[in-house]
Amino acid sequence: MKPFTYVRARTLPHAVDLFADRDDAHFVAGGTNVTDLLKLGVLAASHLIDVTDALPREIETLPDGTTRIGAGVSNAVLAGHRAIRGRYPALAAALLAGASGQIRNAATVGGNLLQRTRCTYFQDVTRPCNKREPGTGCPALAGAHRDLSVIGGSGTCIATHPGDMAVALAMYDAEVEVLHTDGRTTRLPVGELHRLPGDRPDRDTVLAPGEIVTAVHLPDPGPHRSAYRKVRDRQSYAFALVSVAAAVTAGPDGSTVRLAFGSVAPRPWRAGTAEERLRGHALTDELVRAALDAEFAAATPLPGNAFKVEMAKAVGLATVRDLLAGRGENTPDQAHDVPGPAEHRHTPSAPAEGPEGAAG
Amino acid sequence: MPSETTTHLRLAINGQLREVDVDNRTTLLDLLREQLALTGTKKGCDHGQCGACTVLLDGERALSCLRLAVTLTDEEVTTIEGLCGPQGQLSALQVSFVAHDALQCGYCTPGQVCSAVGALREAGRGWPSRVTPGLAHDVDPDTLSRVEIAERLSGNLCRCGAYPRIVDAVRAVLRTGDTATPPTQAETETGEQSR
Repeated sequence: MKPFTYVRARTLPHAVDLFADRDDAHFVAGGTNVTDLLKLGVLAASHLIDVTDALPREIETLPDGTTRIGAGVSNAVLAGHRAIRGRYPALAAALLAGASGQIRNAATVGGNLLQRTRCTYFQDVTRPCNKREPGTGCPALAGAHRDLSVIGGSGTCIATHPGDMAVALAMYDAEVEVLHTDGRTTRLPVGELHRLPGDRPDRDTVLAPGEIVTAVHLPDPGPHRSAYRKVRDRQSYAFALVSVAAAVTAGPDGSTVRLAFGSVAPRPWRAGTAEERLRGHALTDELVRAALDAEFAAATPLPGNAFKVEMAKAVGLATVRDLLAGRGENTPDQAHDVPGPAEHRHTPSAPAEGPEGAAG
Repeated sequence: MPSETTTHLRLAINGQLREVDVDNRTTLLDLLREQLALTGTKKGCDHGQCGACTVLLDGERALSCLRLAVTLTDEEVTTIEGLCGPQGQLSALQVSFVAHDALQCGYCTPGQVCSAVGALREAGRGWPSRVTPGLAHDVDPDTLSRVEIAERLSGNLCRCGAYPRIVDAVRAVLRTGDTATPPTQAETETGEQSR
């Protein structure tokens, strides 16, 4: 690991100033990813700027029903917060499906959003990687790509965003608040924070150097039923092969479905095509299946991860089916179950994973 | 000597004030083991994947291998050594691990115990886990199921496969409310007799 200076920012403007005054600087908060990347040699910062004291750590329900989450809130505190559990259950579920208790205690909302891919080639400095060293190549394309993207990747990189939280945030139409180096604060949808790699896979997000994610804003979700499902090689403490955050909201014109997939793309994959196809229709298995086929029609899987396309569709369908049948987390103010086809009422739950037989 | 890339730290560790100069690259794990001779905390993977290095920071479980020592401020660090009483008496959870044979080689045990202390504290706040039915409601920490305990401790690997007995050991102390402080001699004897 390369030697580095360390300084603790007192405030957000202080953090911006510290960054501007230093070449080769990197922000750190919980450090669960940054520390590991420093050890691996993937990250070689000359200066670490600790923003732990500068980031807001409040979870506020605002008068208009929206929620503002400070970027310094830990994943554990966010998952445990009663208003989050009650009003955004798929977000709490996604957080609890991620990492371990120890890591959730340290990891922050901002850091979680900005975590790097866990592609093995990216983390192995003895191997080429276009994300780590642009122009060196991508061994994953012809190598170990089982965990990697099936949609949204490019010929230069098929790394995934590995997180769970961002998938639920994308489903809930969350926005991130960004502090720019000129002092302005702007907001952008979580779904637009992460870039598709194109020919610049080294740039994970649209953030410019020195910009800081300061908070996440969640709309008022209203009454809905939601779930977060995660398929992985072991039942706990593993990254997803495929995950889905889904919500069903009852309305006068039928149920509205929101869907976002995780670990299938370089960013949380909001299934806009599928949602559009389902809008205003009676939600049958056939229709949901066709909508998911349309969503993943643009998938370009490789031999080692083609299974993830069918897995994503299957988990998506099972999750929507369960939500329509009244299974999944219910928001407390939901007066009644979301209506669904009668034949779905008693179909067996098909969770991607369940509490049964957990390790230990 | 402090330089641009080293820092002088004043840390509260197991109730004692310790002053050290650290290279900024030093993790809390390496500081504990290499500079402070607190070798109870173990280095397993050194990448946050095994949990062997778990310690408590202000009572919250943390991976010391992923925490740069220089980032510590006023947090109280508690290691496995700090869970014992002044005469080395084991805490209730440690006694329970012994009583339930919750280990074979023992390498993961300090991390398992510290993680369990933190996990029970989290459950005491009513925090659910991934396997809790109904996220809107607080959990009852006194009635955590085996599945709940296993899920909450999933960040701690045991290559010997002592998981069922680790869960037994944690369940046994659920109702005592005493997971971090040393037991009385009588409690220790009771724990031994229950083997």
